[in-house]
Amino acid sequence: MSDSTPHSSDLSAGGPAVGQDEWVARHDERRLARGPILGPLEQRLRRVPWWAWLVLFVALLALVPAVSGSGYVRRVAFDTVLYMLLALGLNVVVGWGGLLDLGYVAFYGFGAYAYAMLDSDKFGIHLPTLVSIPSVVILGAILGLLLGLPSRRLTGDYLAIVTLFFLQLFQTVTTNGDQAFGHNLTGGPNGILRVDPFHAFGHSLAVQHQGVFAVSYYYVAIAIFAVVFVALWLVNRSRTGRAWRSLREDPLAAEAMGMPVSWLKLLSFSFGAAVAALTGTVFAALNASVFPLTFYFVLLIIVYTMVILGGSGSQPGVVLGALIVSPMLELLRDPAKGRILFYVALLGGALVAFRVSRKLGVIAASTVAFGFAMHAIAGAIDSKWVAGEHGPGVSGAIAHWVVVPAHLARWIPPVAYIGLIGMALVLTLVHSRVRIVLLVPTLYLAAFVWENVMLTNPEPARYIILGLMLIVLMILRPNGLLGERRVEIV
Amino acid sequence: MTAPLLSLDGIDTNYGPIRILQGLTLQVSAGELVCLLGGNASGKSTTLKTILGIVKPRNGTVRFDGEDVTNRSTSHRIKKGMAIVPENRRLFAPMTVLENLEMGAYLHNGGKKEDFERVYELFPLLYERRGQLAGTLSGGEQQMVAMGRALMAKPKLLLMDEPSMGLAPILVERSFEIIKQVHESGVAMLIVEQNANVSLSIADRGYVLSTGRLVLEGPAADLREDEDLRKAYLGR
Repeated sequence: MSDSTPHSSDLSAGGPAVGQDEWVARHDERRLARGPILGPLEQRLRRVPWWAWLVLFVALLALVPAVSGSGYVRRVAFDTVLYMLLALGLNVVVGWGGLLDLGYVAFYGFGAYAYAMLDSDKFGIHLPTLVSIPSVVILGAILGLLLGLPSRRLTGDYLAIVTLFFLQLFQTVTTNGDQAFGHNLTGGPNGILRVDPFHAFGHSLAVQHQGVFAVSYYYVAIAIFAVVFVALWLVNRSRTGRAWRSLREDPLAAEAMGMPVSWLKLLSFSFGAAVAALTGTVFAALNASVFPLTFYFVLLIIVYTMVILGGSGSQPGVVLGALIVSPMLELLRDPAKGRILFYVALLGGALVAFRVSRKLGVIAASTVAFGFAMHAIAGAIDSKWVAGEHGPGVSGAIAHWVVVPAHLARWIPPVAYIGLIGMALVLTLVHSRVRIVLLVPTLYLAAFVWENVMLTNPEPARYIILGLMLIVLMILRPNGLLGERRVEIV
Repeated sequence: MTAPLLSLDGIDTNYGPIRILQGLTLQVSAGELVCLLGGNASGKSTTLKTILGIVKPRNGTVRFDGEDVTNRSTSHRIKKGMAIVPENRRLFAPMTVLENLEMGAYLHNGGKKEDFERVYELFPLLYERRGQLAGTLSGGEQQMVAMGRALMAKPKLLLMDEPSMGLAPILVERSFEIIKQVHESGVAMLIVEQNANVSLSIADRGYVLSTGRLVLEGPAADLREDEDLRKAYLGR
């Protein structure tokens, strides 16, 4: 009977048939068209099963301590694995459940606090780790369900506001919990100290080994990451996972299929909460202490950035997001490394926007020339204007290009900042040649602001760079790096 | 006479203060193909939503398969044997045909092998396209997926909301052939349509709805001959 339809699907008959999307029909063809080497290579890579990628990834993670003996590097790697776990959990709620949960880090905090209460001198309870971790995870899942109950009828902005309230509630409770009904439950702003390290069967896993970060925790975190990744992968492939996706795609159609919409939403909320709570226990055990302010907006924004950057809904995507954002935030702490990152990002952005073209060459050459001209003019008027710090290497070269005054007048930073924002806005309004002409001073101004304003104040600069990255990404790849390509029904 | 499979009795449905349906009474017997006709804003979709329990009526009762389901949930009704092909089909676009079918049988544990086979037998094209994303299919193919998805739940009563919407004329005819075929396999159907001509040609009985009230009802053959209806809907 398919023969009688006007859109019979015989691909071998040559070319797309009537009523069939040409893009789909030509998909394989295009893939092969990527060349004799890349095309088949991509096809072969696509055939590698997902677990093989996971094994490879975990093996590479496990090699980090072998590559660098520095406690700092190991600690950053450990934090990155924790961020991966947090991103995986948030992905369940946001990416799969489609719920904007702004209280997510409260569950992370709950896990950390619950572990700290069950394993510390605070109440004198010292549960074995193999008991306390599962109980904290289960408690986290139940808490997720309970908090989800009153908000199960809410979606979008309304749910965001209610969950934000939960985060604030967690803050208030933990900060004021030192006077709850005359008892000191949470330690208040001072938190809970002397939390036990992981311990089982009479052995305890020391947090520090000869004064540096103990690698054993890193391996514990990787193991937990692998388990959580596999578990969530299987959940996503199950009927429930597909139901989540269909629910996000079309809630009304999902309801008409008889899916228990509220229950499915609650379930995703609960899964996310359980993963966050699990991550919290590792955090508390390693740091041997918990404080309320660790679990607040900054952390929430960072985890959201990872999920959005990597591609919400895609497990490898959010892991990649964590893998990029976490080390980047560390690199930006150091002005010298941050500087390299900034100029690489600037160059990369220009490359993506203009490809390798004559236009790009013209812009790059004019920006460099413009910079040296400005530097020469400023130096000729008053040598103090270019007498800023001159470092060796890259920073030395840049100091000959960007105007860095020895002493920055107080009016300069705000004017430069607002000027930069203004120029960026003007750039979006003009076109073709005018845009290219204006782009040159804008780029130079950006470098000026970076060198003079941001580098002297690296802490906020980190988050500004993060924000810029997100803006650029949202323009270039609205679904994130590895996000699913949305298929719209037309 | 045995009790009808579905019966609506004196249904009033309101959206807030606005009354959409007024004293609606209709029946669908087992194995029957009934169409509900009406223009824009006549309450057709609201009738379907009331039957499915997505909106609750203010007055009146909905009985399905011998049970008063007026206050039961949508999932209960679907478990009991209702299924719907929604307006505009509403497929899950980024999911494959296979996954769409599976979601249709969500309340039956994702469907057994024979359920899939039954649907593939009816729509062999879906078997060929089972791994393709539903959103990339053409309109006619999407209609098949939507019907297949509804049939996965092994319904006793299949509700169809404007199956001809957005399809080319040739596909409308094709689509109604499919509907007829599905009906002949023993499923009772209630088709909600604006296209009176095609739907009356395959239906056993018809109802005509106008601003929330039934204005005409009777065997399809009689309705086709009705002067008023012809003027209003058939354009002849």
